[in-house]
Amino acid sequence: MQISDVGLKEGTHCYHCGDLCSKSLDIQSGDKVFCCTGCKTVYEILHENNLCKYYDLDNTPGISQKKLESAASSRYSFLDDPKIVTQLTSYNDGKISVSNFVLPQVHCSSCIWLLEKLYKLNSGILHSEVNFVQKTVSIKFNPNEISLRQVVELLTAVGYEPQISLNDIEDKVKFRSNKSLYYKIGVAGFCFGNIMLLSFPEYLAPVGSLEHSFKQFFGLMNLALGAPVLFYSAGDYFKSAWRGIKQKSINIDFPIVLGLVVLFIRSSFEIITNTGIGFIDSMAGLIFFLLLGKIFQSKTYDALNFERNYKSYFPVSVTLKESGKETSIPVSNLKIGDRILIRNNELIPADAILFNGNANIDYSFVTGESIPVPKVAGEITYAGGRQRGSAIELEVIRTVSQSYLTQLWNKDTFIKKDEDKFNSLVNIVGKYFTVVILFVAAAAFMYWYPASLRTAINAFTAVLIIACPCGIALTNPFALGNAVRILGRNKLYAKNASVVERISKIDTIVFDKTGTITKTGDADITFNGNVLSFTEQRMIKSTVRNSTHPLSGRIYDAIETNDLLSVTSFVEHSGKGIEAVIEGNTIKLGSALFAADNNKILLGKDRNSSKLDSRIFLSINGSIKGFFAINNIYRKGLEEITSELKDKYKLIVLSGDNEGEKENLERYFNYKSTICFNQSPHDKLEYVKELQASGHKVMMIGDGLNDAGALKQSDVGVAISEDITNFSPACDAILDASEFNRLNTLIGFSKTTKKVIIFSFVISMIYNVLGVTLAFQSEISPLLAAILMPASSITVVLFTVLSTNIMARKRGL
Amino acid sequence: MSVIVILVFFSVLVAGGFLIAFIWAVRSGQYDDRYTPSVRILFDDESENKK
Repeated sequence: MQISDVGLKEGTHCYHCGDLCSKSLDIQSGDKVFCCTGCKTVYEILHENNLCKYYDLDNTPGISQKKLESAASSRYSFLDDPKIVTQLTSYNDGKISVSNFVLPQVHCSSCIWLLEKLYKLNSGILHSEVNFVQKTVSIKFNPNEISLRQVVELLTAVGYEPQISLNDIEDKVKFRSNKSLYYKIGVAGFCFGNIMLLSFPEYLAPVGSLEHSFKQFFGLMNLALGAPVLFYSAGDYFKSAWRGIKQKSINIDFPIVLGLVVLFIRSSFEIITNTGIGFIDSMAGLIFFLLLGKIFQSKTYDALNFERNYKSYFPVSVTLKESGKETSIPVSNLKIGDRILIRNNELIPADAILFNGNANIDYSFVTGESIPVPKVAGEITYAGGRQRGSAIELEVIRTVSQSYLTQLWNKDTFIKKDEDKFNSLVNIVGKYFTVVILFVAAAAFMYWYPASLRTAINAFTAVLIIACPCGIALTNPFALGNAVRILGRNKLYAKNASVVERISKIDTIVFDKTGTITKTGDADITFNGNVLSFTEQRMIKSTVRNSTHPLSGRIYDAIETNDLLSVTSFVEHSGKGIEAVIEGNTIKLGSALFAADNNKILLGKDRNSSKLDSRIFLSINGSIKGFFAINNIYRKGLEEITSELKDKYKLIVLSGDNEGEKENLERYFNYKSTICFNQSPHDKLEYVKELQASGHKVMMIGDGLNDAGALKQSDVGVAISEDITNFSPACDAILDASEFNRLNTLIGFSKTTKKVIIFSFVISMIYNVLGVTLAFQSEISPLLAAILMPASSITVVLFTVLSTNIMARKRGL
Repeated sequence: MSVIVILVFFSVLVAGGFLIAFIWAVRSGQYDDRYTPSVRILFDDESENKK
């Protein structure tokens, strides 16, 4: 490592990724400057292959390579396993193979350009196509020229390391598509347009001027075009209504289907007996609108994954150590007693006992806590932790699916489907609506029956047709669909439209602590002990600069001096600390025992405290100067949020940590709030369950895998994430961490949306009452129906979309 | 006037052609990714002699 300060100005940015270059490192290639050797390597590969246009399309498009430290070359050796290869290829005929990879790094047009030019880097690759929204690339290659492993290694070499997880292997990656909805809307649109054309003569021609034979011809054409709309395009409504009846509940789709079927039967009868032209045009229009609503509502965030479980980020394979030999095996084949090797930055796939090596386990995926925990041989390490530092050897004590963390997924919460657990307002309305309509229709029949059976049947069917709750059915998709878009613009990404309605019902909010209300990767460092002199500070900063340990980086940033001293010698004792000699002084930073040279007495009264773990002790020339303590930093705006929310909702904090932060937390929450410590993932789930059992509607806000159970159990699970495309556990909505301070506004907006929906119901009811009154008098004509039904639909759609937009603007969303 | 019957028949036939075209477009995956092609089209073709 060079320590000279030549060449670089402070504030130079990496040509590849745009990160600030460290002054002390001097990594250059030609006239370009890089922040790390990884970025430089990628640049050199591209330069060699004439692909430097990559840098012209976008400024500094590259992905920082700093975090990807020299991975072992055998890292992808599991991709040589033919079984895994088959599972990862979607097509293979011996000459051509097709594989799809998820590349979370894709973020700009340069990415698309480079990934579609892969064939220039290796002639074995025939074609590659990026789907930017889903962040995937589909690669067609010749398996005789380049193996799947080489393809993955090539992607990694240019900075796009594909995400290959256990999930891809066990369940094939399936790309959701709503193609069938497109077909249905295409058919409905086609038929609707033609039916309208064929209906115009009847409406527009002066009475009696239309030739009789034409009238019947147009009618029969309408019937022929109407049948596919009802039986194909509206098929989902039939299914949903039937599903409702099977579960002994009537949903909103029931009166819709009832109205449609009655309409179709009456129209067929009128057309075939040549007594009228029917209402087929109204029916086709209604179904077309309903399907448009469905498309509008189905706004999804393709790049986000709301269904992740531990399998989505557990590795596919692990290095097994058996009688001195290292082999790569799929993690699902791990058995109790197996000896495994975990290298730097690899994930521990199953609970295991540390056998040898210095473990420094980063549980940030699990708990949100990013400061690594040191472990010594004989201690248990839990699945989900990531090793930082040198390679360690572990002995598996539980299989992957039975581990402490992963067994959470064996619980009932994860097995039952959650589709029907929420009873939407529209279905409750639908139930009463149906009863009232059937009653009114029967009354109309009874009223007219003494006069004439024919009029009675006409009035009965007219009531059912005109009362078809199309306005109500359209309210939900448009109001909620629009709310999902507005929330999405404000970085709260809902899984589907029903989430918005569920948010509007909550009365309790449960927070996880670490990573949720405290900030990940950013901590406040304080020094406790003797006051450090300026020279001492300079010595510490010069020492930590040489270390790659995350805590060293924090201390480096915390000391404000630019004046560094030259280090005579530097040794990193993995798992213990660092030691440097500067101008004849020995500086030791690390665990208490390390800094005190195993002399416990030096540590004073603290020597037996469990808090020693999170402290970095400093000794200079053998005498303890004090320690650096790392305090949690609470998210910006936490105070405002809690003060806004605590009057309206019951607030609860569930922390997996010890009570060390109790006093700090109590400042933010009032006496009505509950704060619980030492909560295991299982405890959190049970806590939410109990709240629900006592009648609360719970929103859980969490970030790590340890919250996964509670997120799933709660009525609305919100995962908070610094980078939304990165890992987040299964949830209903993902909130970008930068918008955490607007939580109250976002919840408030969802509640307003609910009010808009209720108001819109009232509007469409007025239309229905008007129509039913006319129908009751048996005065409804096809023309009136053709005007009234679309009019009510359009009013409702305009009202919901406009009012949700206005409400959003009022709240500054 | 019976020419209208023939005209109606042809108009439905033509419209049906468009319906089939639409279904083909959906089936061939043109609606799967509605963003990337808009970026891709802006990349210049590279002329071979540039090297």
